[in-house]
Amino acid sequence: MGASSDGPAVEVIGLCKRYGEVVAVDDLSLSVQEGEIFGVLGPNGAGKTTTVECAIGLRSPDAGKVRLLGLDPQADRAELREVVGVQLQSGALPDKLRVDEILELYRSFYRRPTEVDELVGALGLETKRRSYYRSLSGGQRQRLNVALALIGNPRIAVLDEMTTGLDPQARRETWGLIRRVRERNVTVLLVTHLMEEAERLCDRVALIDRGRLVAIDTPAGLSARASTTKLVRFSASSPFDDAILLARPEVSSIERRGERVSVTGSGELVNAVVLALAAEGITAHGIEMDRSNLEDAFLELTTHRQDLVAEGSLS
Amino acid sequence: MSAHSLALPSARRRGAFWRLLRTEALLTWRRPIGPAVGIGLPVLLLVIFGEVPAFHHRSASLGGISAFTSYVPVVVILGLALIALMSLPSPLTTYRELGVLHRLSTTPVPPSWLLAAQLLVQATVAVAMAVVVLLGSVAAFGSPAPRSPIGVVIAVGLSIAGLFPLGLLVAALAKTNNGAMMIGRLVLFPTLFFAGLWLPRPLMPRVLLDISNYTPLGAAVEAIQDSILHGFPPVGPLLVLAGYAVALAYLASRLFRWE
Repeated sequence: MGASSDGPAVEVIGLCKRYGEVVAVDDLSLSVQEGEIFGVLGPNGAGKTTTVECAIGLRSPDAGKVRLLGLDPQADRAELREVVGVQLQSGALPDKLRVDEILELYRSFYRRPTEVDELVGALGLETKRRSYYRSLSGGQRQRLNVALALIGNPRIAVLDEMTTGLDPQARRETWGLIRRVRERNVTVLLVTHLMEEAERLCDRVALIDRGRLVAIDTPAGLSARASTTKLVRFSASSPFDDAILLARPEVSSIERRGERVSVTGSGELVNAVVLALAAEGITAHGIEMDRSNLEDAFLELTTHRQDLVAEGSLS
Repeated sequence: MSAHSLALPSARRRGAFWRLLRTEALLTWRRPIGPAVGIGLPVLLLVIFGEVPAFHHRSASLGGISAFTSYVPVVVILGLALIALMSLPSPLTTYRELGVLHRLSTTPVPPSWLLAAQLLVQATVAVAMAVVVLLGSVAAFGSPAPRSPIGVVIAVGLSIAGLFPLGLLVAALAKTNNGAMMIGRLVLFPTLFFAGLWLPRPLMPRVLLDISNYTPLGAAVEAIQDSILHGFPPVGPLLVLAGYAVALAYLASRLFRWE
């Protein structure tokens, strides 16, 4: 059976996986379109790696269905290995092998591999080709890991915690690399617990907590979804009564520090404040706002999920 | 795993396996501690025994042969045991610790190929060691040439087949490389005793000799000794070795953890 080109690149329906008494993944469903950079985000131990390992056939799910490019990871194992490149967490290599020896070895495993020269160039490893693995820096080792995930010319690349342990410079370089991977028309499944990484790279993000899918959305959509309190600071053109603002449903509290007024609330808070003041003939100057970001959404949706479930606002 | 490997076209399978084998050989060459001990120590012992004049006197208690001659098969088996129990498990447990086996299981090549490549490399080292020790004992120290060369080949071959799975079992049981080295040593010393390293087998009391006959190292020494002194070895020790080969290989394959 060959890999089909129609339909989603990755399709997971009702995935369940338990280790003894511990439920690692609980009824998880998601779908990734071809050419997407899709993030799987969640706190440590949320079940991200188990989900990915089930998806690529390294573990067999207890229940549910997984398809990659229409292939069944268990039944079509051999074909799947040809079209899915994987970089797993914490994979090292023998110290006494050179970079080009490693690349040529893994290249020989695949039916239609990519050229070593091209890959080495794209990953900035040209000057390290004759170096032993032992002598590579953390960033270079990680780039080599990514290179090994791509050497088989895969249609899907699965990258698990690829920037963990990298310094900020190496992390940025790796991100640039992932964007270039997408330009090769490769679907990227990116497992991460770093909000910034998901925000910068991913087209869509699945938020996972305690083995369950909490939300799937664009990073911006997830941020907006968080009902985290927002904050607006400004200076008023003339004195005003707090009651003007407190009358608005969006506003929850007001605090004054000298000239500056801090208003906390939710929803379209800036609009509400500006309009309420304008109705009184007052102008707000030097407006500053703290927008919630993916990190807020992450904390909100993962830590308070139990309460939300209890309130029935998330099922 | 079998369906997996069958799916690879044979030319590419050979290419991939050949690369894997070359890489394992290269790694052994670059970190030659295994062959250095596995070949070096037996050769050193052979030279020391060979240089002691008293070792060349024929002895009635050894069945009319010299101590040197009686030690030749023991030295070969010492080398095989060192390679099987120390050189073989070490890279396998290291690969598991590094995540190399896990990484391979995400590629079209199954991790068992790496095991096979490592077995072939170590078997080559073992054969080289046996050839050097056996030829050296005859050419340099005047030990009798084997009565049945084919018997020696079969006995050494079966000894490798019986001892290498013991190393795989060590790699399977150990969680870390250090653990494997420790288990390897723990298995090595008592089995070397029964091979007759400290007390030659002809001098062993009956009960020890009986036990020795049923240990893989004791059976290996017996089979090689008989091929050298008398002719084609009896079926007993060969069957013991074959039995260990099958049973230990089965156990190792059931217990081996790939990650």
